[in-house]
Amino acid sequence: MAVLTVTEVHAAGGAPRVWRKRTMRGLTALLLPAALLLLWWTASDRGWLAEQILPHPVYVFEALRDMLASGDLVYHVGVSLRRVLIGFAIGACLGLALGIAMGLSERVEDYVKPLFLAFAQIPTLGWIPLLMLLVGIGETLKIIVITKGALVPMTLNTFAGIRNVSPRYLEVADALRFTRWQRLRLVILPAAIPFVFTGIRYGLTHAWTSLVGVELLASSEGLGYLLVWGRQMFWLDTVIIAMLAIGVVGFIMDGGLNRTERLIQRWKRSEI
Amino acid sequence: MSGTTSTALRIRRGITLPLLLLVVWEFSSRTGLVDPRFLPPLESVIATARRELFGNDLIFDLLSSLARNLCGFLLGAAVGIAFATVLALSPLAGRLVMPTFNGFKQISLLAWIPLISVWFGFGEQAKIVFVALACFIPVVLNTYDGMRDAPADLIEVGRALQFNARQRFWRIYLPSAMPAIATGIHLGLIYSWLATVGAEYFLAVGPGIGGLVIAGRERFDMAMVMVGVIILGLVGFSLNRLAATVENHLLRWRPPRAA
Repeated sequence: MAVLTVTEVHAAGGAPRVWRKRTMRGLTALLLPAALLLLWWTASDRGWLAEQILPHPVYVFEALRDMLASGDLVYHVGVSLRRVLIGFAIGACLGLALGIAMGLSERVEDYVKPLFLAFAQIPTLGWIPLLMLLVGIGETLKIIVITKGALVPMTLNTFAGIRNVSPRYLEVADALRFTRWQRLRLVILPAAIPFVFTGIRYGLTHAWTSLVGVELLASSEGLGYLLVWGRQMFWLDTVIIAMLAIGVVGFIMDGGLNRTERLIQRWKRSEI
Repeated sequence: MSGTTSTALRIRRGITLPLLLLVVWEFSSRTGLVDPRFLPPLESVIATARRELFGNDLIFDLLSSLARNLCGFLLGAAVGIAFATVLALSPLAGRLVMPTFNGFKQISLLAWIPLISVWFGFGEQAKIVFVALACFIPVVLNTYDGMRDAPADLIEVGRALQFNARQRFWRIYLPSAMPAIATGIHLGLIYSWLATVGAEYFLAVGPGIGGLVIAGRERFDMAMVMVGVIILGLVGFSLNRLAATVENHLLRWRPPRAA
């Protein structure tokens, strides 16, 4: 709270100065990318870099423009996004349910957690070949892999959130003679929400990473496929564009969740 | 979690599901309920494990993977700590480089593989570079944060005692960043194992556990895939435990965390 007031005073008193400082920071941050781009450009122009190592930036821009104009890029991004959203939605719901069940009941925890942890121990990438034998390389494979990626962090964080509910709240609930349902809805779930949100963020990040992995290994469309295909054809401009698209989508998803999380935290603060 | 349930009971509960799973597995593969190609009987998995262990070079594959993992990890951690230190101790360098670094970080790790394979080929070099990259990112992030969060009062004391740059680094920044660095290294170790698996999948040349799994898949040898996947999990688990133990041991001087 104290920090907030200080910035508020600053913003009110020296708005232009804060603004200038921020602009300076932004410009400093852009210096290195600009320098790298210039270096890349010069190196390609002078032929210091072979075309097979790093294509000329102009080619990359042209390829990007072409892929945007033809709708190819949007198409592949759409395919990947659809997979991630479906897989993530399934994984998050399952994880939420499992986390709540394990968090509320010690019996369920005792039965399920050891097996769950053993399964979680094997990296998502490890499951892919096994699942390929079981379900083939179709859409099911991708959804399962992404679901697994989202499921693990979601379960563990929800579980931790429910177990970390302050005993004081529970005492209040006892004193008020809440029913089980009231306890869950009015006390436990609201208190666990920040943890659940952490789970959602990690879950989405893992889902996105798993998607890239599974699309690299087995896919005929999507961003991962674009990477593999560009690599095979030696179209490095395509590879670079696919990498950028993966980064940008990841950034947007993470940034969006970050903002939502902060909104929720603000609600929590005002509540207290 | 609580003392109400006895340990014995908890263990009994914990092994119920895995045992049940094994029984169902054994039953369905014996009665032919499930195609044994999809779910090979337990003994054929064990037989495959034995064959790979004694007949083929499972140990050699495992050691190759571990060596790769270790090389990449050491490289990534060393370069990462040095890089982050420079960025943290020089505000200008930090402001110049960190935004770009954070941008690059957004590109998920596996997406680097095609480019790395173009630049470094499919051999050992490419794999180690990839593993090092995987380890580099968490090490840099944590080391940077740790150094930046050095307590202001300590820095002031250093100023009062007229520490030079080297003394400031060794006596203030490094010790106070130690826990964060340890976290970074721990994460780096986990990531580097994932990256080793990834590198062996996609740059499938040479011995390694990942290569074994891929070969098993290509031959439709489910037992072999299972053996490989179990080893992947066990190694990851052991590395994680090892890192946690080392971390606790190195940081035992730290006052116990307020829980």
